[in-house]
Amino acid sequence: MTDEVILQVKDLRTYFHVDEGIVKAVDGVSFNLRKGETLGIVGESGSGKSVTNLSIINMIPNPPGRIAGGEVLFMGKDLLKMNIKQLREIRGNKISMIFQDPMTSLNPFLKISTQMVETIVLHQGLDKKAAKEKAIEMLKLAGIPAPEKRIDQYPHQFSGGMRQRVMIAMGLSCNPEILIADEPTSALDVTIQAQILDLMKDLTARLGTAVILITHSLGVVAGMCDNLCVMYAGRVVERGNTGDLFAEPKHPYTQGLIKSVPRLDQANNDRLNSIRGQPPNVIDLPDCCPFYPRCDKAMDVCKRKYPTTTEYGNGRAVACWLYTEAK
Amino acid sequence: MTENEVLLDVKDLKMHFPIGSKSLFGGHKNHIYAVDGVDFQIKKGETLGLVGESGCGKSTTARAVAQLYKPTGGEVILKGKDLTKLKPQELIHARKNMQMVFQDPYASLNPRMTSGDIIAEPMRIYQMKGILEMNKKEMDERVEQLMERVGLSRFFRNRYPHEFSGGQRQRIGIARALALRPELVLCDEPVSALDVSIQAQILNLFKDLQDEFGLTYLFIAHDLAVIQYISTRVAVMYLGTVAEISGSAELYKKPLHPYTQALLSAAPIPDPKIEKERKRIILTGDVPSPDKQRPGCPFYDRCWKHMDKCKDHKPRLREAAPGHEVACFLYHDPD
Ligand SMILES: Nc1ncnc2c1ncn2[C@@H]1O[C@H](COP(=O)(O)OP(=O)(O)OP(=O)(O)O)[C@@H](O)[C@H]1O
Ligand SMILES: Nc1ncnc2c1ncn2[C@@H]1O[C@H](COP(=O)(O)OP(=O)(O)OP(=O)(O)O)[C@@H](O)[C@H]1O
Ligand SMILES: [Mg+2]
Ligand SMILES: [Mg+2]
Repeated sequence: MTDEVILQVKDLRTYFHVDEGIVKAVDGVSFNLRKGETLGIVGESGSGKSVTNLSIINMIPNPPGRIAGGEVLFMGKDLLKMNIKQLREIRGNKISMIFQDPMTSLNPFLKISTQMVETIVLHQGLDKKAAKEKAIEMLKLAGIPAPEKRIDQYPHQFSGGMRQRVMIAMGLSCNPEILIADEPTSALDVTIQAQILDLMKDLTARLGTAVILITHSLGVVAGMCDNLCVMYAGRVVERGNTGDLFAEPKHPYTQGLIKSVPRLDQANNDRLNSIRGQPPNVIDLPDCCPFYPRCDKAMDVCKRKYPTTTEYGNGRAVACWLYTEAK
Repeated sequence: MTENEVLLDVKDLKMHFPIGSKSLFGGHKNHIYAVDGVDFQIKKGETLGLVGESGCGKSTTARAVAQLYKPTGGEVILKGKDLTKLKPQELIHARKNMQMVFQDPYASLNPRMTSGDIIAEPMRIYQMKGILEMNKKEMDERVEQLMERVGLSRFFRNRYPHEFSGGQRQRIGIARALALRPELVLCDEPVSALDVSIQAQILNLFKDLQDEFGLTYLFIAHDLAVIQYISTRVAVMYLGTVAEISGSAELYKKPLHPYTQALLSAAPIPDPKIEKERKRIILTGDVPSPDKQRPGCPFYDRCWKHMDKCKDHKPRLREAAPGHEVACFLYHDPD
């Protein structure tokens, strides 16, 4: 990881207009990604993790969605202001994505070779033969045995873990600056998950790729990420260096989240510390702190206004009135 | 009942699903050997955790125990009675004592019934069969009691499943499972689909209910930390068989089977300091498919400690330490 910031997300807002009202799926998200960094985004289902990342590459379905505000600066240029042609040059080339279910991004009717070679020819300007060699090399790096044979097979001929390896090989075949991985291992078994995370870590470190890793697993981010954003109801409620954030979580939600996960290394048969209640529906949320109904430390002001963000330097920040008042 | 009484005794349970068409020569079909010789016991008031990777046969085991499937072989002895040998009428009586909670709180509840009706349904069925004596008013009262007990307001009893969150739906499923006051509850991944903060609420609820009603659980999960938290004893499954079974604390401290060791080392721990130092056992290959029976150890292909004898001899569960059984030739010789 270097100090060079390659992606700046500034006050991003993405809304969906549905019959019931406006879903503020992402509502003022900001963070920086540095070259070679692995940034984790954690949060509960519906907190806006996937929408944040689809917004970054400007892939929000419109309607019902709309990027209502903010900037996404990739090497200084705002992706949200680019036209389709400019975006195509970036997607899959400079910024690539892998998803939870590889079958959604692999074409079931095309051989792996066809799918990989096409992308490489398109973005890297290699001829077909050189592109295929490159593809085989990537599959080999991704730990696919006998890649020169497997490359001519169809996606269904691979197991779930192997398909995810293929996706990683494809995702990294154009040496992207940024790899966005949305729950890349959530559908996999733990022993396969360990293989895949190991592979991702090793390859991206070797190629110097920055990674945005979306997951709901605190265990996965603990082992993989340099820095973290914790999302709740469309906002980043806390961010910072992974070690600091786990050692001293500031936001009551982060504190509760860390305490509510049973831990393998601590036999503990007392009751778990749970957070009461449920995450809010993000339709027509009032401008309060969305966590206050579940928060033990809620104050009067929390019900009236969304907290301002308190910055501690070095990317560490928290959005909670407890800390604003203290300042 | 005494503390140490065995409530459920499963012996050499087999569940083979026929697939494909009959062969040219008639008779022999292909089979999925989903469960292929599973043994375990659960004592009254205990929780046996059942853990293992996708497709290893956890759900099939629970369903065969519940007699939702007719097992291909083996015995399922609940309170001294072998369920596989009971007549239909006797089975209905026996099943009252054993209820299931399922993984998917979205799919497992009838969308056209209110939460109150869903919870009351088992009582109504048993009342219609003349096994349960309860009038409408008593049933309504029981539903309200159950709802309050699992943390749902009784004012929600006329609402439909889609009006509840995932965690709340799982509470409905739990209330329904408790309606007939069973001793044994078979829980098939009841928290896997829930967010962590909600998962902790539901795990606490399972524990409280166990303390209050003396329930016995068979609890399936693929999350090892969840299993450790909830279980008294743990059985680790691989490819339709039990690889290792022991007291929970012992299993996590001293895993014996190479597969258990790999599984524990692969599970991430939410602590960056620990994750940095950890050495993982990274297994090669995938879980093999259960469409054939193997002469040797089911873990042979992926095991980094395999020996010649593992290839052609199938290890059986044998006690390696008091109360700690393992099916591995590192700890005993082939019979
Ligand atoms: N196409 C859409 N139309 C309407 N609402 C949408 C659409 N896509 C997402 N949303 C809403 O935006 C919110 C955030 O969704 P998002 O998919 O980002 O959540 P997530 O954090 O990725 O959750 P998960 O962990 O379940 O993947 C949710 O309330 C979701 O219902
Ligand atoms: N009704 C059926 N007919 C044929 N095969 C089946 C049937 N039910 C399950 N199987 C197969 O039996 C094996 C064991 O399945 P089972 O659902 O018991 O696994 P599991 O351990 O519960 O997995 P998961 O963690 O994914 O729920 C799998 O290979 C599955 O495909
Ligand atoms: Mg998502
Ligand atoms: Mg299952």
